[in-house]
Amino acid sequence: MVANAVTGIAAPLKCALFPCQGFQGSTRRLQWRKNERQCARKAGHGVITAKFDLKPPPYQLDALEPHMSHETFEYHWGKHHRAYVDNLNKQIAGTELDGMTLEDIVFVTYNKGDLLPPFNNAAQVWNHDFFWESMKPGGGGKPSGELLDLINRDFGSFEEFVEEFKRAATTQFGSGWAWLVYKANRLDVGNAVNPRPSDEDKKLLVVKSPNAVNPLVWDYFPLLTVDVWEHAYYIDYQNRRPDYLSIFMDKLVSWEAVSSRLKSAKAEATEREIEEQRKRKEEEEYGTANSEAVEMYLENDDSEAD
Amino acid sequence: MQPRGGDMPTLGLLQQIEKDFGSFTNFKEKFTEAALTFFGSGWVWLVLKREAKCLAIIKTSNSINPLVWNDIPITSLDMWEHAYYLDYRNDKAKYVNTFMNHLVSWNAAAVRMVRAQAFVNLGEPKIPVA
Repeated sequence: MVANAVTGIAAPLKCALFPCQGFQGSTRRLQWRKNERQCARKAGHGVITAKFDLKPPPYQLDALEPHMSHETFEYHWGKHHRAYVDNLNKQIAGTELDGMTLEDIVFVTYNKGDLLPPFNNAAQVWNHDFFWESMKPGGGGKPSGELLDLINRDFGSFEEFVEEFKRAATTQFGSGWAWLVYKANRLDVGNAVNPRPSDEDKKLLVVKSPNAVNPLVWDYFPLLTVDVWEHAYYIDYQNRRPDYLSIFMDKLVSWEAVSSRLKSAKAEATEREIEEQRKRKEEEEYGTANSEAVEMYLENDDSEAD
Repeated sequence: MQPRGGDMPTLGLLQQIEKDFGSFTNFKEKFTEAALTFFGSGWVWLVLKREAKCLAIIKTSNSINPLVWNDIPITSLDMWEHAYYLDYRNDKAKYVNTFMNHLVSWNAAAVRMVRAQAFVNLGEPKIPVA
């Protein structure tokens, strides 16, 4: 994920663009950043020129030959991914989005499905960074440890997981992505319709998404992805998407990356649970106070409270 | 499309394009712009809108086509990546310009336009008074 430095904010912030009370699940993360921005607003006088960079894959462009050719990388990373980065920078320059993290821009511009213009570029930048890091030279094989345990638990077996993942990737009609995600949210995801609401939380799932959409907007934790836009495989496999997917699974997937992401996801999910429990406890405590106290809070109800 | 396509439409189709887009050049610009700003997989169409009784440029996603809105397609350009990736890689501009200048069949478009006018009344012809 690309980091960028925030030095100060010149442009006034429009309330409408920012997630407010609706983001119950992910409010914790975003509220923290919102406070950070408010501090910067009071302090800063300078103009930000925060820009996203085109992050290179964690290997040479020819390192995945013959499974994914150097030529594919020249176009896919060198032209497509680069264009998303350049166009995003142009779109956000001088706006409220300038200075936000990439993930926050993706959240905000998803806008409950009514996509704002920078969404496509922002999400595609994020998706491609994530995709390069999902692969490695000499990849493939099987995962191990906790990841394998969870895969066996949630899919039956590793082979069944591979089948489901390939099926999702094959049946994504048009441009898009297939994902392995860790779901740890409640039913209400605020910004988007939860595509798997009936599935229990704290489990692995396979999902697919069109165009630039990614599971961040559903408040899932992405663990692995494969790009099924035609530009991802047409040079090496032409229309043979199933062959591309088989090679991807057999020779390219970096299970280390997936395991490490799972670890972070679980940690964050646990953190979030603790936070929610703490909040619920607070609310209970205030609830037992006398009614005058409650009225006082209603009158002074600013953006401070949930 | 057709071999040695491109160039310009003539007669009635050209007149209708000039009426609805101002000029053929403007139409070409708008059509090209629609194709170049396309995101994801889909198609760009020149359609005759049945209700509005005019030509329009529309973009559709994936496999959608204007028949679903009861409009009449006059010509189309495939913007799925598989349509141009082998020959042009990511150079959409080159693909679209080649289509407009060398491939689009205005003959086919004219035939469709004539047929369309059996269903859509585009108005009275101007008959000079003696």
